[in-house]
Amino acid sequence: MGKVLMKGNEVIAEAAVHAGCKYFFGYPITPQSELVAYMARRLPEVGGLFLQAESEIAAINMVYGAASTGVRVMTSSSSPGFSLKQEGISYLVGSELPAVICNIVRGGPGLGNIQPAQSDYFQVTKGGGHGDYNLPVLAPASLQEIVELTQEAFDIADRYRTPVILMGDGMLGQMMEPVEFGERSETEQFKKDWATTGTRGDGGPKIITSLELDAESLERRNCNLQQKFALIKENEVRYETYSIDDAEYIMVAFGTTARITMNAINKARQEGVKVGLIRPISLWPFPEEPFIETRDQVKAYISVEMSAGQMIEDVRLAVNGHAPVDFYGRTGGVVPTQEEIYDKIMMVARGVQV
Amino acid sequence: MLEEIIIAGFGGQGVMSMGQLIAYAGMLEGKGVSWLPSYGPEQRGGTANCAVVVSDEPVGSPLVTRPSTAIVLNNPSFDKFEPRVRHEGLLIINSSLVVGTSERKDIKVLEIPATDIANDLGNSRVANMILLGAFLELTKLVSTDSIIESLKKVLSSEKHHLIEVNKQALIKGAALVAVGIS
Repeated sequence: MGKVLMKGNEVIAEAAVHAGCKYFFGYPITPQSELVAYMARRLPEVGGLFLQAESEIAAINMVYGAASTGVRVMTSSSSPGFSLKQEGISYLVGSELPAVICNIVRGGPGLGNIQPAQSDYFQVTKGGGHGDYNLPVLAPASLQEIVELTQEAFDIADRYRTPVILMGDGMLGQMMEPVEFGERSETEQFKKDWATTGTRGDGGPKIITSLELDAESLERRNCNLQQKFALIKENEVRYETYSIDDAEYIMVAFGTTARITMNAINKARQEGVKVGLIRPISLWPFPEEPFIETRDQVKAYISVEMSAGQMIEDVRLAVNGHAPVDFYGRTGGVVPTQEEIYDKIMMVARGVQV
Repeated sequence: MLEEIIIAGFGGQGVMSMGQLIAYAGMLEGKGVSWLPSYGPEQRGGTANCAVVVSDEPVGSPLVTRPSTAIVLNNPSFDKFEPRVRHEGLLIINSSLVVGTSERKDIKVLEIPATDIANDLGNSRVANMILLGAFLELTKLVSTDSIIESLKKVLSSEKHHLIEVNKQALIKGAALVAVGIS
């Protein structure tokens, strides 16, 4: 299969099918409805099942049911709909069920609008539902990277028995780029002996639940979860750097914002400003390593986000006071332009308004 | 080479598909491409537009704020994007529907009565292809052959009979530039 020109939302859906996802439960919402529509057409072709639920809450609970049987299952939404799924996501974590949940973020809070945003960063990285939990969050920046990370998301979900969030913004969902769906050379095999598929007399009953009425038992369960989160932090950090070797200033951005920022960096480099980029690909676990390696050399970090400043808190924690951390962001569906980001770089580097 | 294009007009004038054809053709020629639609509520009754980037390198920002070329098919699009065209950039105007003219001296301006010419060709809906033909003749960004090849892939087979009139419109647009209309 050669390169094809597709919309981001469709790429997520097709990549999920390539990853062996056979079940999708969802409810349409702009700007990710093409994903739902694509799955409705595509899943029956591969012997899977698509079901449009009556609400986002119903959809996430259908995901819970399907995941309990060990199949690869997915749901997707955009910010307001994603908020509705939080209870179910907490249950998935508590019951240790693998699933992939996609959030194509739009402007908020509330009903907001349908334009691109990254303002659900806190919600996805700090545990949007109740209870002590984190879950892996992957943020692709290009349509080709969606192909790779969707597969990764399903693998991580199965490897650790955890829900995984794939997060993009409305721009990533709506844009078209050439993509190629290569066949994976090696596929990790996952033994799912916990799945509730009937015992056939070969063992005791299997129970999937997040309910634990005994406090000390629930604390033990929490300890196990925390150990799992620590393991994920150790093994599943993903990031990319761009021209940071000699950088005096480092921009921090993820998703499409990182691409816009790269254009601004290239222009600033032409003006002699030594500036680079750290692009977190896993938003949780947040990549601390590139900050620890650079924080004693750089003059400042600048976090660029389509929010009022959320990832900047993780940047500050990683920099830990070793260097100043500045910010540029736009909110409400306004996308920062490369010109604005360039101006911000020049202001921080040269101390002047350009 | 880095070409950052904005194509804008009313919904239904074929601005989205024009952009997709350029992106598709660029992909067929091995270039880095991206296509980004405006998908906000402004599409209803106002202007619809898309941003297309074609580059020798993988595409960085898919968002275009200062286009190297703007192709505007109606008045609101002219008002919105004429001032944004980059210094020494190109502005292509569908003068059948756009009333104003650009006063800018630092850009190249091409006025083509595309809707009228399309009507002469017997299909008002190919005005977009006349403008596309003119754009490609001027910039040689992708070949007309690649556009035709893309049309074959983008159009479902029951619409393949429309390829010929689209081809004629592309050739007509290119010819207008060749004879030096301004």
